[in-house]
Amino acid sequence: MGLMGTGILKGLGVTLRHFIDTYAEDLKYLLNKSGAQQPRPLRRQSPKNRGLVTVEYPKERLPLPENFRYVPFLVFDTEKQEDKCTSCGICAKVCPPQCIWIVRTEDPVTKRPIPQPKEFYIDTTICMNCGYCAEFCPFDAIKMDHDYELSYYPHEQPHMRLVHDKAVLTKPDTYHASIHPSDWQRELADRAAEEEKKRAAAEAKAKAEAAKAAAPKPAQPAEQS
Amino acid sequence: MAEETKPAAPAAPAAKPAAAKPAAGHGATKAPPLAPMTPEMTELQQRFGESVLAPAPYVGLLLSDKSKLVEVATYLRDEMGYDSVTNLTAVDYIKDGYFEVVYHFQRSRGGEPFTLKLRVPRPQGNDLSEPVPSLTSVYAGAEFQEREVYDMFGIPFSNHPDLRRILLWEGFYGWPLRKDWKEAYYEGDTKPFESRWPGGHHQLAEERVPWADNVNYPLGFDPLNFHADPDAGLYDTMAEGVPGLAKRNGNGSTAPQPTGVGAAVSVFDRDRNNLADVDELQTDQIIVNMGPQHPSTHGVLRMVVKLDGETVTDLKLVLGYLHRNHEKIGERNTWLHNIPYTDRLDYICGLANEWGYVLTVEKMMGIKPPERAEYLRVLMAELTRIESHFWAIGFLLNDLGAFYTPALYFITERDLILDLFESVTGSRLMCNYFRFGGVSRDLTEAQLAHAKELAFERIPRKIDELEELLSENEIVKARTVGVGYLPAERSINYSLTGPCLRAAGVPYDIRRVEPYGIYDRFDFEIPVLYGADVYDRYRIRVMEMRQSLKIVQQCLQQMEQTKWGDIQTGKKNYNHRVPAGQAYGRVETPKGELGFYLVSDGGQNAYRYHVRSSSFINLTSLKEMTVGHKVADAVVILGSLDIVLGEVDR
Repeated sequence: MGLMGTGILKGLGVTLRHFIDTYAEDLKYLLNKSGAQQPRPLRRQSPKNRGLVTVEYPKERLPLPENFRYVPFLVFDTEKQEDKCTSCGICAKVCPPQCIWIVRTEDPVTKRPIPQPKEFYIDTTICMNCGYCAEFCPFDAIKMDHDYELSYYPHEQPHMRLVHDKAVLTKPDTYHASIHPSDWQRELADRAAEEEKKRAAAEAKAKAEAAKAAAPKPAQPAEQS
Repeated sequence: MAEETKPAAPAAPAAKPAAAKPAAGHGATKAPPLAPMTPEMTELQQRFGESVLAPAPYVGLLLSDKSKLVEVATYLRDEMGYDSVTNLTAVDYIKDGYFEVVYHFQRSRGGEPFTLKLRVPRPQGNDLSEPVPSLTSVYAGAEFQEREVYDMFGIPFSNHPDLRRILLWEGFYGWPLRKDWKEAYYEGDTKPFESRWPGGHHQLAEERVPWADNVNYPLGFDPLNFHADPDAGLYDTMAEGVPGLAKRNGNGSTAPQPTGVGAAVSVFDRDRNNLADVDELQTDQIIVNMGPQHPSTHGVLRMVVKLDGETVTDLKLVLGYLHRNHEKIGERNTWLHNIPYTDRLDYICGLANEWGYVLTVEKMMGIKPPERAEYLRVLMAELTRIESHFWAIGFLLNDLGAFYTPALYFITERDLILDLFESVTGSRLMCNYFRFGGVSRDLTEAQLAHAKELAFERIPRKIDELEELLSENEIVKARTVGVGYLPAERSINYSLTGPCLRAAGVPYDIRRVEPYGIYDRFDFEIPVLYGADVYDRYRIRVMEMRQSLKIVQQCLQQMEQTKWGDIQTGKKNYNHRVPAGQAYGRVETPKGELGFYLVSDGGQNAYRYHVRSSSFINLTSLKEMTVGHKVADAVVILGSLDIVLGEVDR
C-alpha cells in the first residue's frame, strides 16, 4: 500500500475520465461531417462508445432487435384473406402459464371441426413472454409482438382489457414482415420450397399415372400378389 | 494470451460423464432398478451392516434405521471426507405411503455427491410425520434446508435448534409440497389444463374458483376470532436480554398465543419469555428489523438483528416474501414448461439457471447437445457470470455507501452484455434460451461481432478500470478487510458455495469438481484467495470475471470451426417424456452451486422438482459471519454474499 489516499485519488481519476470521455464523444460526433452518422441512441449504446450511454426514453427509442419478444399476436394472411391459425391447440399446450384459450370452429350441421379458430384469447396479465407459442407453431400463425407499451386508460375492469381476444390479437402478415424481416424471408423460402415439393410430387404422380395407364393390363394382378 | 489451440473435435463429443444411472426405458409397472454400488457406498455399508444400509432405487443408499442417521453422517464427515451436506430435500411418495428424505453429501475436494435416503411413514391428513433426527449438529448447513423440508412437507426434525417455518409464515395451514395439498385456484394436477383447448373460453381464476373457496381452513376454524402473531416464535428465540420485547410479551394475555394454525407440536419453549422484571437489567439490547423494505437487503429480505449498542449479537432471517412455491409449479408443469420458470429463480443470471435444469433433464433422457450448442451454452453462461459479478460488485459498493456511481458504471457494461442476450434470445433477463438437447437460436454475424467487441475490447478494459477504481481504495479496504470472516472449515460445514467459498481458500468449483458441458476443453483457472472476508470476496469476483473472459475468448475462437445452425439434437419437440428415474444435476452459477433434484415417473411432468438454491443455503452462514460486527457491516456482509431473493424464496 502506497501513500494513504493514493487509491482514492486514482479512483477519482476514473470518474474524471468518465466525465471527460462523455464530452469527447459528443465532440467527436459533432465534428464528424462524413455523413452516414448513426442515430444518437444507437451510437450511445454501441459497445464502442466510451462516454455516457443513457438514451432519453420516450423521446428517443432504441430500435428493437428482431428477436425481441413481447406478448403474442395472430398473423392474418392478407393474400388468402384468412387466419393462418388452424386452431390445432399446440400453442395452448406449450404455454407454460397456460394463458391461451382457443375455441375451435365447428360446422353447424355436421359438427365436424373446421380448422379455424372461432375464439382466441390470450390473457396478457398471465403471459410470461417466453415465446414458446411462436416457436412451436407449425403454421407460423402466432408471432411475438414488439409493442411493449401495453396500458389502458379506462378504469373499469382494466384487467379485462388486458385479456386480448381475437380481434385485438389478429394483425396482418405485412406487419409481421415489417418487424420480423428475416423470419419472414425464411417463411417465404419455406413456402416456396413446399410449393416446389408439392409441384414435384404432383408431377411425379402424374408421370406414374401416365406410366400406369400405358402399362399392359395383365401386369396388375401380378403386382398385387 | 495462452489460447488452447486444441481442435474442436467436432465429430466426437466427449463421453457422457460417469453418471451411475441405470439404463432408462423401463415401464412404470416394473420395480425400479436398485442403485449400482460405488466403492464409497460399499465402505459405508460394510461399516454399518447391510440390514441398516441397503441400495435404494436408482441411486444412493437407503437407511432403514433413522436413529442411526447422525452416526452415519458423522462417519461420512469424519472418516470418508464428505464435509458438507450440499442438498437436503424430501419426496412425497403418496401411493407408497411414505416420505423419502434425500441427503446429498459432498466432498469439498471434489467428486460426485453421496446420496443417502431415509423413509418415514406418511401421516394422515395434515398431521406432522414422525420426527427425523436433525443433522445440524454435524453439518451447520443443514439448518435452513431442514427448516424448508419441515415447512413444505411437515416432517419435523428432532434436536433442530430453531425449527420454525422458513418460507411460509407461522399460521399457514397445510404442507404445500405434499402431493395431496392443492393451491388456491387449483385447476389440475398437471398441465396442459383441459379447459384451454378445444373448448376453451377465457375465465379469470377468480371466476373459476370463487372467492372463499380458494382457501383451505382447518376443521373448526373460526376466522373472526383468529389471532396469530407470526413473529412470536421468532422474537421468542431472540428475547433473552431484550427489555422491551420481554415486557411486550409480559403485558399480553397469559394464554399462550397461537403459533400457527397448522402447528401441531409446540416447537417453541415459550416459558423462556417469563422475564417479568427484566427491566431492571442494565444491558440495553434492542431488536432492530432491517427490511423487508430496505435498500440494503437487495430485495424483500428481512434481517432481524439484536444489537448491543451498535454491535450485532444475534441475527435471524425472515424469508419467503417472494415465495411462490416454484417447486410446486414445477411439478404441475411439463418438462419443457419449466425452462422459462428457471429464469425467474436467480433473475440476474437466468441463462445459468436454465443450464442447470436442462443439464439434469438431459442426464435423465441420455441426450447430448451438438457441438455448436455446447459452445453457445458456455458462451452465454460465462457472459452471464461476468454480468452477474459486475452487478454484485456494483451493489456491494452501494452497501458500502458509494451510492450508485460505481454501480452505474458496472451496470453499463452489464447492459451491453444484456443487449447481446436480447438480440439473440429475445429478452434481456428472461432469456428462455436453452432447450433439451440444444439451444433455441444461433448467433448471426452481427451478434458475433458484438460479442467479440465485448470480449476482446470492451470488457477487459472495463475490468481494469474497475480495479483501478476500487481495489486500492483506502475506504473500501478499511470497510471490508477482515469483515465477515468465516474460515474455510466453517464455510464448508455451512455448505457455502460459489465465490464466497473460494475466497476462503477452498478451490471448489463445479466446473472442475464435476465438469459438465465442454469446460474440460478450455484453459482457465479456478482462482482462490485466503482472506475469507468481504474484501477477498470482492477480489475473487474480479478474478473470476477475468477467467470467464478468457473462456469466452477461447469459445468465440473455437466456435468458428463448428457448423452454423447446428444447435439442436433430434427434432424440436414439445411433449418430452423423461424415463422414470432420479437425478441430481448441478452447475456453477455466479452465486454458487445450483442443483436440481428431479424425480420422474416416466410421464410428461416432473414428479418431484427440487431446486438446491445457492443463495438460500449461503444465507445460513450469515449469522456466524455477522455476529460481533457493527450493524453497518451487516449490510456489507450480506452484500458480499450476493444473494438474489428470487432464488432464496423460490
